[in-house]
Amino acid sequence: MVPLSWYLALAAALFCVGVYGVLARKNAVAILMSIELMLNAVNINLVAFWHYLTPQVPSGQMFTMIVLTVAASEAAVGLALIISIYRRRNTVIAEEIDLMKW
Amino acid sequence: MSFTLDQIHTFTWLIPLPPLLAFALIVLFTNRSKLLSHTVAIGLMGVSWVLSWIVFFNSLGVHDFGHGIDIFGIKFDWLPFGNAATGTTPLTMGTLVDPLTGIMLFFVSLACLLIFIYSVGYSNYGKAADSHDQPGTPPHGVEPLYSRFFAYLSLFAFGMLLLVVADNLLLLFVGWEIMGLCSFLLIGFWHARDYPDPKQITPRRAAVKAFMTTRVGDMFMLLGIVYLYAQAGTLNFRDILHDPSVLLKLATTPSVITGLMVSHVVGLLLFAGTIGKSAQFPLHVWLPDAMEGPTPVSAMIHAATMVSAGVYAMIRMFPLLSAGWEHGHPLTPPMLAMAAIGTFTALFAATIAVAQSDIKKVLAYSTISQLGFMIASLGVGAYVAAAFHLMTHAFFKALLFLGSGSVIHGVEHGHRHAAHGAHGEHAAAAPVFDPQNMFNMGGLAKKMPITYWTFLIGGLALSGFPFITAGFWSKDAILGGAAEGGQWFVFFGLAAAALLTAFYTMRQIILTFHGAPRTAAAEHATERDSIFVPMLIALVVLAFFAVTAGWVGIPESFPVLGGLLPNWFHEYLGGTLIEHPPAEAFLPIALWTSLIVALGGLLLGWLAYRHYRKDAVDPVQRLLGPMFGVLRDKYYFDEVYETVLVRPAYWLSETFASVWLDKGLIDGTLHLIGRASMRLGQVFRDYFDLPVVNGSGDLVGNSVNRFGRAFRIIQTGKVQQYLLIVMAIVVVLGAVLLLPGLGR
Repeated sequence: MVPLSWYLALAAALFCVGVYGVLARKNAVAILMSIELMLNAVNINLVAFWHYLTPQVPSGQMFTMIVLTVAASEAAVGLALIISIYRRRNTVIAEEIDLMKW
Repeated sequence: MSFTLDQIHTFTWLIPLPPLLAFALIVLFTNRSKLLSHTVAIGLMGVSWVLSWIVFFNSLGVHDFGHGIDIFGIKFDWLPFGNAATGTTPLTMGTLVDPLTGIMLFFVSLACLLIFIYSVGYSNYGKAADSHDQPGTPPHGVEPLYSRFFAYLSLFAFGMLLLVVADNLLLLFVGWEIMGLCSFLLIGFWHARDYPDPKQITPRRAAVKAFMTTRVGDMFMLLGIVYLYAQAGTLNFRDILHDPSVLLKLATTPSVITGLMVSHVVGLLLFAGTIGKSAQFPLHVWLPDAMEGPTPVSAMIHAATMVSAGVYAMIRMFPLLSAGWEHGHPLTPPMLAMAAIGTFTALFAATIAVAQSDIKKVLAYSTISQLGFMIASLGVGAYVAAAFHLMTHAFFKALLFLGSGSVIHGVEHGHRHAAHGAHGEHAAAAPVFDPQNMFNMGGLAKKMPITYWTFLIGGLALSGFPFITAGFWSKDAILGGAAEGGQWFVFFGLAAAALLTAFYTMRQIILTFHGAPRTAAAEHATERDSIFVPMLIALVVLAFFAVTAGWVGIPESFPVLGGLLPNWFHEYLGGTLIEHPPAEAFLPIALWTSLIVALGGLLLGWLAYRHYRKDAVDPVQRLLGPMFGVLRDKYYFDEVYETVLVRPAYWLSETFASVWLDKGLIDGTLHLIGRASMRLGQVFRDYFDLPVVNGSGDLVGNSVNRFGRAFRIIQTGKVQQYLLIVMAIVVVLGAVLLLPGLGR
């Protein structure tokens, strides 16, 4: 049987990929995708911990479902924002969206 | 007409009010209309007069009027703070008509009414307004301030009537002060008048002088009232003067001044008020200068109101002044003071009157002299005689003043006529002509016959022409009283004064009316003008009373004439006192003295002046030599007062109080405090406020500012950079928290 640590390692690796993507990618859509990666890494953790540590309580699965719901909403809002910004500024490059600069 | 007692009681307090109403109406509504103004003033004064006479004549029908409760009047609680438990009584106000008030009402209301009527003519009513007339100067056309004049006169009459009907000293004092104000306003009525000679007193200064001088007396009087109230607990006349126990208590309680009883001190203080009001020595100086007012005002002040009020107050307070005194005993201190000052004033003023050349000034000094008679008469205890002389004097002195006003008007009229004929339109440029100077007159008897005859009657009454005129009977009564009391100094002093009175009256009559006219103005003088009509009416009525007013007081014991008419005056007025004063005994010496001084004075005057011609030296001056100057200049009293009192007072206020104390000491101290405060404030500002308070405030602001500037470089607007920083911080914090031993 695959030990718990492998799942954790996979989740950590996936999370790091997501972090890297968020910090390094220029395209806003890609950043959004990287965020999805990070969320799903968390989901893996949740499901793994549920399965190995407390299989009789379904809280881990419930959290996962909530996170998925949030992820879906976040993706919808995020994409809507990106489309709106694109229409206005004709770009989806995160560095060029610097209205908040002093 | 007959009235119920209640109606009479009501009338007593209604009497003073119509003139007050007239004052208000004129000031508020009818100021623009001369006709309405004088109609209102005279009409309402007429109402007062009718009420006064109704009250007076009704009092005649009361048996033993004045005794016990047989008086008219009302009384009400004015300040009802009385409390039976603590024994205090409420302060009451009210009116009181007893025989003395009745006499006063009789002649005051009549004289006031006649003066009002006279003023219509005197103020040139009916003439067109003259374009050269300035308000506040004697007019040629109708008086510009006509309505104001009647308003003042009405207020004046109100003050006097209020004083007369008052039943207590406080209300009396209120009327007294209202008259003080009105005399100020009326003496200074021609306030814009100036004279080329800066030494001649102007109406403005005369008004201030009169006001200030009487104020000195009023101050003492107020003290007397306060002291009396403190000692007696009431100011009501009946409560004090008709209660032998109160009088006895006041006369036997030692006062603050050793040797004097309370009644003495109060009497002396009240007498000081009268000295001011009735122009007795040494406060007589204001009265001659009061002649600067229009002539009706002089009549008002001298006959009907102001100076009579002073004597009235003394007659009213006589029981207090004489408390503890009986006929034949030594006089009380207030009586002694009154006898001395009255006699001295009578003689002293008469000597000054002899040397005056201004027709009104002669009369002014004669008023002072006659007031001296009354005061001296009270001083020797001749109570009835003083009141008698007060009444007769009011009539003949009003007559003389109004007559002199008529003369002045006639001469001014003649002057304008003559100047117009001589110089055409250049009359205004003619040298100053004094229409009041008797030496500019002469021969007016033919030009102004009615004025002459009435003036003659007044003059004879003033001299005490025997048997016919009022002045003889009242003066005889005073001399008789002095002789009866054994006060020979008073007797001879007054006799000498009476001699001089007759002399200067004759001098005045001859200089004014007899001989040939000495100027063109006198040549053209006339009384045939519409403005003279109301003036002459007033003169004739007064002349009637100047003669007949004396017949009501002929002593029963007088040879031949006594008993033809009952001595009604004595009987009636005697009721004012608790005990009826004894009828005067007939003293031949008094009668002979009266006869001799009156006729002798008139004869001397006639002998001295009958041949007086233009530009001749005044016979009195020839007789007296350098002494004449002293008399003419009034014994230099004005100059002495100027040097001793007025200048130091000015110095005190202008130099000492204003420059030294106020500007020097007080302002100096204040400036010092101000400068010190400024300096202190500057120090605080420089060394505390600016560096500490402002510094710390600025420091906070500046620090925040600098901090912001320093940190804004990290706000790049790039989301990923922010995230990177968050990451870095998370990593560092995570390392610190999670790795054991790193943070410790």
